[in-house]
Amino acid sequence: MTEILDLTAAQAAAAVERGELDRSELFETYRERAAADELNAYLWVADEAPHANGARVGPLSGVPLAVKDLFCTKDVPSQAGSKILEHYRPPYTATVVDRLASAGAPLLGKTNQDEFAMGSSNENSAYGPVLNPWDRARVPGGSSGGSAAAVASGSAPWAIGTDTGGSIRQPAALCGIVGLKPTYGAVSRFGMIAFASSLDQAGPLTRDVTDAALLFRHMVGHDERDSTSVAFPEEVRLPTARTLEGVRLGVPEDLTGEGVEPGVMERFDATLQLARDLGATVDRVALPHADYAISAYYVIAPAEASSNLARYDGVRYGLRREADDLLTMYTKTRHDGFGAEVKRRILIGTYALSSGYYDAYYGRAQRVRTKIADDFKNAFERVDFVVTPTSPGVAFELGAKTDDPLAMYLNDYFTAPMPLAGIPAISIPAGLSEGLPVGFQLAGPAFSENRILEAAYALEQAIGFDNSAARK
Amino acid sequence: MIDREQVLHVARLARLELDEEEVSKISGELSTILEHIEKISELDLESVPPTSHSVDVSNALRPDVPRACLPREVVLSQAPAVEDGGFVVPSPTA
Repeated sequence: MTEILDLTAAQAAAAVERGELDRSELFETYRERAAADELNAYLWVADEAPHANGARVGPLSGVPLAVKDLFCTKDVPSQAGSKILEHYRPPYTATVVDRLASAGAPLLGKTNQDEFAMGSSNENSAYGPVLNPWDRARVPGGSSGGSAAAVASGSAPWAIGTDTGGSIRQPAALCGIVGLKPTYGAVSRFGMIAFASSLDQAGPLTRDVTDAALLFRHMVGHDERDSTSVAFPEEVRLPTARTLEGVRLGVPEDLTGEGVEPGVMERFDATLQLARDLGATVDRVALPHADYAISAYYVIAPAEASSNLARYDGVRYGLRREADDLLTMYTKTRHDGFGAEVKRRILIGTYALSSGYYDAYYGRAQRVRTKIADDFKNAFERVDFVVTPTSPGVAFELGAKTDDPLAMYLNDYFTAPMPLAGIPAISIPAGLSEGLPVGFQLAGPAFSENRILEAAYALEQAIGFDNSAARK
Repeated sequence: MIDREQVLHVARLARLELDEEEVSKISGELSTILEHIEKISELDLESVPPTSHSVDVSNALRPDVPRACLPREVVLSQAPAVEDGGFVVPSPTA
């Protein structure tokens, strides 16, 4: 069993292909670990392996997959971490989950998350916080905190999550694993319970870069049920690069270390030095509007959320609070069903879209979004990737920021600009600071995932991060 | 600064009941958040076009071919109250 746990997902798939590992044994090993999980990473775990005769075999060879709660899975609870969707079992499955199952990655469990993906610590789940496997007194990050903790603690070989302002990359960083936020449109959003539709994107959370590439390969593609999805322009390749010869990295000019924990900055600088040793050049690039990204993000995301969450009204599914008249039924259901952070965002979004404020908030934020996208375009004329720490700090203690929503939002400082520009970015572990993982982020132009994965792979080999301690 | 009246107004627009404790807490929190958001008013954005979406797709159409939808009983199976093949809600005018 220990031997199975030591295998990455790609290694496990290869072992199954060679006939050295039984698929049912692989599934059962992880199923038992997921069922015994003590981090509150799961909201549902499969009670048996898919039947051998009915199970689909594909290139992913039966390596089981943990799936963030907000992906709809037919007849399996899909609650988006919210009480308003308690016990909801959708009549259909999200396209990306379906694609991965067809490729041979069966559903292992549904992972805990911040309610409707709103949060950076997983403390906003209606089903309790997830604990960080490196230190159980700390948060795993969010909103895909359950997926990140599951992979880091070895209760899942790999997982998928969603990223709207950093919800894949930040928990990956805080849990010492790899997280990729793809180009907007690369992965179908059909069946993903929506938070902010123009930003939401599904992606892999994995033990290493190769696993991320392998899983991502089977996630991409146009889906006629998501009109914003597009065909990925090339095959997703498994990375092999050993050097960064000729690769130009750009560090934002205003990244001086201010507002970043010294231990995080130290790992960031050390990683830049490793990149230079591998042949990369490192230059400063101007991203003059990145500093406005959090402000624009916290208008656009809540505005879209306030519209998307209007559907939770106690009529068609989920919670209902009885009342004598329709309006009171709506308002009571929503009062009891939504948590504090979701209410805050619905109110911010509704305010920003309301008569008299629309131009000042939503209209301006959309223009800032254009400036941020232009900044990246200009930067990518001079460098191949923009690099930053993924998060300004390591995993913080449970409860440390719950009373200060703005402090919590500032966790997204380095991750919010990319979804606004629709571009891909990866977080890879860059070592430890005070015993806790630090993430290194690389962002590239739209559809540059293959190049990002190659560069991340070369760096990963040089960093040699050992994440086995969290799987004990 | 968002006052209590504005919070209640926005909550009404959002069909969200707030209890007394929530109203006072949220008005302070929203004020802090909006103050940070106000940062975008520093920028001159006069000639900048808005971006609603980062993908250049418009009017994505598919052939208009009829196909089966989910059976009625499946769709109704998750509803809190159902009668005669439809969703039941309290009267709007009660």
